[in-house]
Amino acid sequence: MDWTLLAQQLFGSAHNITAHGDFLEGSAEFEGQAITVLGSTHHAPIGVALALAQARVVLDTLARHPGAAILLLIDTQGQQLRRRDELLGINRAMAHLGCCIDLARRRGHRVIGLVYDQALSGGFITSGLIADACYALPDAEIRVMRIPAMARVTKISEQRLTELSKTNPVFAPGVQNYVAMGGVRSVWTGDLRQGLREALAASPSTDTRAHDGAARGGRTLAESVVQRVLAAA
Amino acid sequence: MSLSFAECSARERIALLFDEGSFHEWLPPSERVTSPHLAQLGLPAAFDDGVAIGRARLDGHGVFVAAQEGAFMGGGVGEVHGAKLVGLLRRALRDRPRAVLLLAESGGVRLHEANAGLIGVSEVMRAVLDVRAAGIPVVVLIGGANGCFGGMGIVARCADRVVMSDIARLAMSGPEVIEASHGVEEFDSRDRALVWRTTGGKHRYLSGDCDALVEDDVAAFRTAAIAALNGSRPLTLAALEREHAGLTQRLHDVADDEDAVLLWQRLGVREAAQVPDMDVETLRSHRPARGTQLAG
Repeated sequence: MDWTLLAQQLFGSAHNITAHGDFLEGSAEFEGQAITVLGSTHHAPIGVALALAQARVVLDTLARHPGAAILLLIDTQGQQLRRRDELLGINRAMAHLGCCIDLARRRGHRVIGLVYDQALSGGFITSGLIADACYALPDAEIRVMRIPAMARVTKISEQRLTELSKTNPVFAPGVQNYVAMGGVRSVWTGDLRQGLREALAASPSTDTRAHDGAARGGRTLAESVVQRVLAAA
Repeated sequence: MSLSFAECSARERIALLFDEGSFHEWLPPSERVTSPHLAQLGLPAAFDDGVAIGRARLDGHGVFVAAQEGAFMGGGVGEVHGAKLVGLLRRALRDRPRAVLLLAESGGVRLHEANAGLIGVSEVMRAVLDVRAAGIPVVVLIGGANGCFGGMGIVARCADRVVMSDIARLAMSGPEVIEASHGVEEFDSRDRALVWRTTGGKHRYLSGDCDALVEDDVAAFRTAAIAALNGSRPLTLAALEREHAGLTQRLHDVADDEDAVLLWQRLGVREAAQVPDMDVETLRSHRPARGTQLAG
C-alpha cells in the first residue's frame, strides 16, 4: 500500500508525515494520543544515513515527547549493499537505531512496527523486529530470500524447497509464515484504525515471540530450548 | 608461546580462554539438541547446532560464555542456535554472573532456516540489551576466520564491549555479497588488503568500532576479556546522543568513492598510509582521539 494512503486511512488529516527522499517522518494524533511516525518507503535500502535519520527521530521523541507512542512504517529491501556503508560501520549505525528504539521501550514508549509493503533481512532486524510488537498488512512481503535464491545458496532444488515450505514456515517468504513463527504479532485486515487501536492497547513490552511461535506451531523449538537452558543443571 | 585464536575451534577457545577446567556446558552435544530444519533438508546436523554455551570462571570470576563454531555452517544462526544464545542471556538476567562473554564467529542468519534465524537474531539482540540494561557487561570477542557479519555484526554493536584481533573482521554484508550486487568496481572481494582496510580489526579499532585490539593469540584475548569485566556501559539518552554525534560526523568524513586511508587521516591518525603494515602495539599508539571517543 502507498504510504500516503496508509497515513490517510490511519489518521485521516490528523498527521503531518512527510517523505524526504525514502525517509518518512512526522507526527500524528490518534484518538487523543500523540504518535511519532518514522520509517521508509520505495523499498529503501537502509544505509548509515537512513539509519541515523531514523535514530534522530527516536532520540528527539525521547527528549521532547516523553511517553509518546512510536509507529515504525516499514518498507525496505534490506541493508544498503555498499562498500562505503561498510567502511562507515553500517552494522553500528543499525545497532544504534535498535538501541534508540530499545531505550524508548525502557522509558515507557510503546513502539509498534508495521510492515506496510516489504521487509527484508537487515532492514527488518532494527525496525519491526526490535519494536514491542510488529504487525503487517495482508499484501506485505517479508523475507530473507526468495526460494530461487535460497535454492542457489543451499544447493537444494526449488521444487523441494517449495514442497517443504508448505508445512514448514521456516523455508519460505510470506507474512503468514512470520505470523506462525511469532515474528509478526498479527495481520491488520479490514479497518486499519482498529488494528492500531488494539496494537497500542495490547502490545507486550517483553519479548513473547518464541512463546508465540510455539503456541502457533510455526517455530516449535525456540521456546523449549530457552526453557531447557534456564533449567539446565 | 603464542597460540592462534583464529585456528582454534569454539571449544578450544573456551578451554584456553577461561580458568582451566572451569567450563560447565549447558545443552552439551551429548543432549543432541539439533536443528530439525537441516534434517528436513537432508543436511548433516551438529549436536550443539554450532554454539557452545555455559558458565565458566575468568580470573576467578563467575561468568557466562557462548562460543560460535565457524566450522559449522559458518557460525550461522538457526532456530536452535539462536535460542541457546537467548536462553543463556535470560539465565544471566536471573543468575547475574559477573559478565557474559560471547565468542562470536558468524556469517549472520543461517540461510537454510532463514526466517527462523532472522527472528532468532532479533531475539538475541533484545536479550543482549536486557542484560546490558541490568548492568551485567556483555563482551563480544571477535577473532575467528569467518568474522562477525550480518545480524551478528549488529548484535556485537549492541554489547557493552567489543574486542577484536587484527586479522578479524566485523561488518554487515560480506564483500562477495556486495560485489555480486553492485559489481567488482564497488567492492573487489578478492582484494584482501581492501577488504581488511574496510572491515578488519585495525580499521574498527582506529574508528572506535571496537574497544580493544589484540594479536591473534588466545592469551591476548584472555587478558583483554579480563580487562573488560568492569566494562558495563549503560545505555542512556546522553550516551546515545554522543554515539549519534560521533556517527553523524563520521558519515560526513567520507565521500562515495573514498578509501579507509582517507577516513583514518580525517580521524587524525598519524602515518595513516602505513597502518596496514603496523603491528598491533604500534597501531595502538596511533589511535586518534576521535576513535577513542567513539569507543567510549
